Amino acid sequence: MIVVPCPNCGPRNSSDLRNAGEVAPRPDPETASLTEWRSYLYLRENPAGWVTETWYCRSGCRRYFTIERNTATNEIRESENS
Amino acid sequence: MSSHRLPIRSSELIDRSTSLSFTWNGRAYVGHEGDTIASALAAAGVEVFSRGMKYHRRRGILTANHWDPNLSVQVGDEPNVRAGSRRLVDGMQVSAQNVWPSLRWDLGTANRLVGRFLSVGFYYKTFMRPQFLWHNLYQRILRKFAPGGRVNWKTGTHGEYDKRYAHPDVLVAGGGPAGVAAALSAAEAGASVMLVEQEPELGGHLRWGGPDDLAVLADLRQAVYSTPAIEVLCDSIVTGRYDHNWVAVLQRSHEVAPERLIKARVGSLIVAPGLVERPYVFAGNDIPGVMLAGAVRRLINLWAVKPGSRAVVLSANSEGDAAVLDLESAGVEVVAVLDARAGEDVVEARGRGRVSSVQTGDGRILRADLLVTATGWTAPTSLLNMAGDRPVYDKVAARYFPQALPDNVLATGGIAGDGSTTELTAHGRETGLLAAQRALRLRHDRRAQTPRSPAPESDRPAAIADSRIPLRRSPHPECYRSTTHGLVDYSEDVSSKDLIQAAGEGFDSIELMKRYTTVTMGPGQGKLETVNAAAVLAEAMAVEMADIGTTVWRPPFSPVSLGALAGRIFEPVRRSALQDWHEANGATNLLAGQWVRPDHYGDPMAEASNVRENVGLIDVTPLGKLDLRGPDVANLLDLVYVNRWQKLEVGRVRYGAMVAEDGVVSDDGVTGRLAEDHYLMTTTSSGAGAVWEMLEDWLQTYRPDWEVHVTPVTGGLTSINVAGPRSRELLERLVDNVDLSADAFPYFSVRTGIVAGVADCIIWRIGFTGELSYEVHVPSGHALHVWESLLSNGSDLGVAPFGIEAQRILRLEKGHYIVGQDTDGLSKAPTAGLDGLVRLDKADTIGLPELRAAFERTDLPVLVGLQPDDPTIVPDEACQIVEAGSNQILGRVTSSRMSPTLERSICLAQVDPSLAAAGTSVTVQLVDGRRITATVQEHHAHVDPEGARQRV
Ligand SMILES: [Zn+2]
Repeated sequence: MIVVPCPNCGPRNSSDLRNAGEVAPRPDPETASLTEWRSYLYLRENPAGWVTETWYCRSGCRRYFTIERNTATNEIRESENS
Repeated sequence: MSSHRLPIRSSELIDRSTSLSFTWNGRAYVGHEGDTIASALAAAGVEVFSRGMKYHRRRGILTANHWDPNLSVQVGDEPNVRAGSRRLVDGMQVSAQNVWPSLRWDLGTANRLVGRFLSVGFYYKTFMRPQFLWHNLYQRILRKFAPGGRVNWKTGTHGEYDKRYAHPDVLVAGGGPAGVAAALSAAEAGASVMLVEQEPELGGHLRWGGPDDLAVLADLRQAVYSTPAIEVLCDSIVTGRYDHNWVAVLQRSHEVAPERLIKARVGSLIVAPGLVERPYVFAGNDIPGVMLAGAVRRLINLWAVKPGSRAVVLSANSEGDAAVLDLESAGVEVVAVLDARAGEDVVEARGRGRVSSVQTGDGRILRADLLVTATGWTAPTSLLNMAGDRPVYDKVAARYFPQALPDNVLATGGIAGDGSTTELTAHGRETGLLAAQRALRLRHDRRAQTPRSPAPESDRPAAIADSRIPLRRSPHPECYRSTTHGLVDYSEDVSSKDLIQAAGEGFDSIELMKRYTTVTMGPGQGKLETVNAAAVLAEAMAVEMADIGTTVWRPPFSPVSLGALAGRIFEPVRRSALQDWHEANGATNLLAGQWVRPDHYGDPMAEASNVRENVGLIDVTPLGKLDLRGPDVANLLDLVYVNRWQKLEVGRVRYGAMVAEDGVVSDDGVTGRLAEDHYLMTTTSSGAGAVWEMLEDWLQTYRPDWEVHVTPVTGGLTSINVAGPRSRELLERLVDNVDLSADAFPYFSVRTGIVAGVADCIIWRIGFTGELSYEVHVPSGHALHVWESLLSNGSDLGVAPFGIEAQRILRLEKGHYIVGQDTDGLSKAPTAGLDGLVRLDKADTIGLPELRAAFERTDLPVLVGLQPDDPTIVPDEACQIVEAGSNQILGRVTSSRMSPTLERSICLAQVDPSLAAAGTSVTVQLVDGRRITATVQEHHAHVDPEGARQRV
């Protein structure tokens, strides 16, 4: 279990939080084609390296925030509130 | 049997004033406190402890410690106990495992006669086909021959296991001299330290050393136990190291639990497991009486057990030389010392059930009952592997050494190099200091990273370089295999011959060879076998050891019981403010997610009928409740529900359904507008948490400009549904300041009022049960008063509580679906019959493109009301709907009950659209295989589809 730094609560066990996944911008639902929409739903970069992802501090401040995490090493860079 | 117990040894662990009675295979024995199971039996002359897995040859003591592959025994109901390390307890019932019919007369020895059929890969090659024989024959027969103890299924629990979380700055894995020294210097530097030792006492190899070693050990122990910053955990094992130094410790013989799993977040991990002595490969190396030097030294010095009468010693190092002295001091006649450093060798041990003679490399045959080998060391690098290191083989020292470790993992002691006790403890102290400084720096950083926590007391400790003087690497001959073949893996009965054959068959990489031959895959997980296996492979391939590599050691370092992994569950159980009342009044409980709640009070059918005829009360507190405030609540509701919310007036409630971004129905419930900027949303009981997180997600990440504040009030408000034709009459007796008449308080309205004298109760009129009903949300502190007042004021009206089961019957009669039961992870809005509810012309709705796409499809399953043609048959939920005359699946029953109102069975079902028309006859396959017919209904509702009863 890794340690995730919440910008409000400090470093916490990841079991205190929920990984909400890679940040994926939401297309305009009025104009998006189904293909674009489903790319947003299901397709992620999933690199072996640095990724920007959202976490939810479910047992702490209840804020969503983003971090940069290296998926190969679990090294984490600075985090900030969404 | 004669006693093999020696006169008192200065280093012995046993307390001779005690006597512990125990049995071995039904026979009575006596040992002392401090004995292991194995030492007590060995002292009593027992020589055979188990049988080999394949050939069922007799097995005796090999290593006399935790890693001994021959000492797995059954203790009472507990299988696979390691008799080499488990301390004796009075009354233990110990038996050999999986010998059939007995340890002495084991039928499996017949396998030896057919040995060539049990060669490597035999199981793969022979038992593959025919498939049906697996269940009928192979499994049952093979089980009789396989090692491993028996679990007694009738024993309910094997004690209460426990869990603990810990946050030491420094965790030291290994309590030998280097580990203890590291713990001491880390504590002196200001770190909190957890010192974990696998054996029941600290000291490592010093314990069976000479007077100087014992003196050093006494000093180290005294220092550790007088240092409050060090927590010592003996009889405990570090089983795994994971990212960010998350370390698992299995603590045994804890005072309240047989085992406790400690999950530790560690600043610095110091790996100091020492070295594991390696067996030597030669013919007969598994005959009882063949022992490692460490084994005889432990037997003699720790437990005062004489391991034999006439010994031959093969020595390649100082451990072997010391064993010779120990043997002599114990009165064992040392017939010959063969110096492996000078090229002397052992070729074969012979004997039936016990060594009787030894053949040397130069052709001599020596009569002996004990053959002691000291041929080198395996570095147990598991924890280093888990930290990403790939240890490297050093040909000169004939063992593996760490290569590159992350900053938060440090190695010391034998795994890092060789040295005198002084040199080892000096290296340990330097390592402890470095580990502490790094950990204190991390502690400082974590404190500084935590807003609003007290500022760190001191400045950030400076980073210091690793200036430790490395331990030297003493030359050691590469002694792996003699000129003969013998066992490499004692647990799996894999010989050097098998490995060479496997290499010949093409399994010539260590990872392939391991999986094909199962070498290193037994309970020892390679502690004794890995390096010998690599050596034999190198020999077969005619390459250097360094080119072979080793298998990767993964967690756990040592087996962990399932009980310890399950441990204590920290999940809270939620109870409504009325739960005590329910239990005092005959409720049978149901666990629903985190909640415990009444399933019924004895007769759910009668409870349901009472709601239809009179009035019932149900505690629906687990219903998710979210208090929403702010000017943008209507915008939020428009976004998260499929229907419209902008025009909901104050005092009205509305049903809403939610879908996720993929268009699948995710939750539903009723939301009411209490005031201009104040709403109360309800969700399903199971979805309460997820909906809250979902609302926060949209508000925080998507529309942070919206002003909405969400407060969960699920437990703060106790929810009581008052349902039945006489519910209005009952409430009128208790409600002040709210006009309950049909005109003033119509269906789907909400009022805030005083109930039984309790202010701020939210009352809304809805109808999940299909009857006239009011859901009353009461501030929980007053809930019991309101509940009891409703009961005591309505006895003449026939008021009675009802549970979840009656509610399920009632809602099914009414045809209300439950998200997650009547829908599933693929159910789009049209399946749930939401056609009339969904608005596709809103500015934005979660899943809007998928909603649009779903309504263009004609192939989605449809939820329908369904009635079996035989009204007495209630098909189980999840029964398949199939095509008559084939096995084609066309749907399934999602809910089913016997209806007390209609006195017939009723269902909801998802069916193929071709079957959705009212009047269609479908075929339902029951659990027992029978098929029945059922008819699709016009409505979901079986009772009162027009809704007349709830609109009175
Ligand atoms: Zn937080």
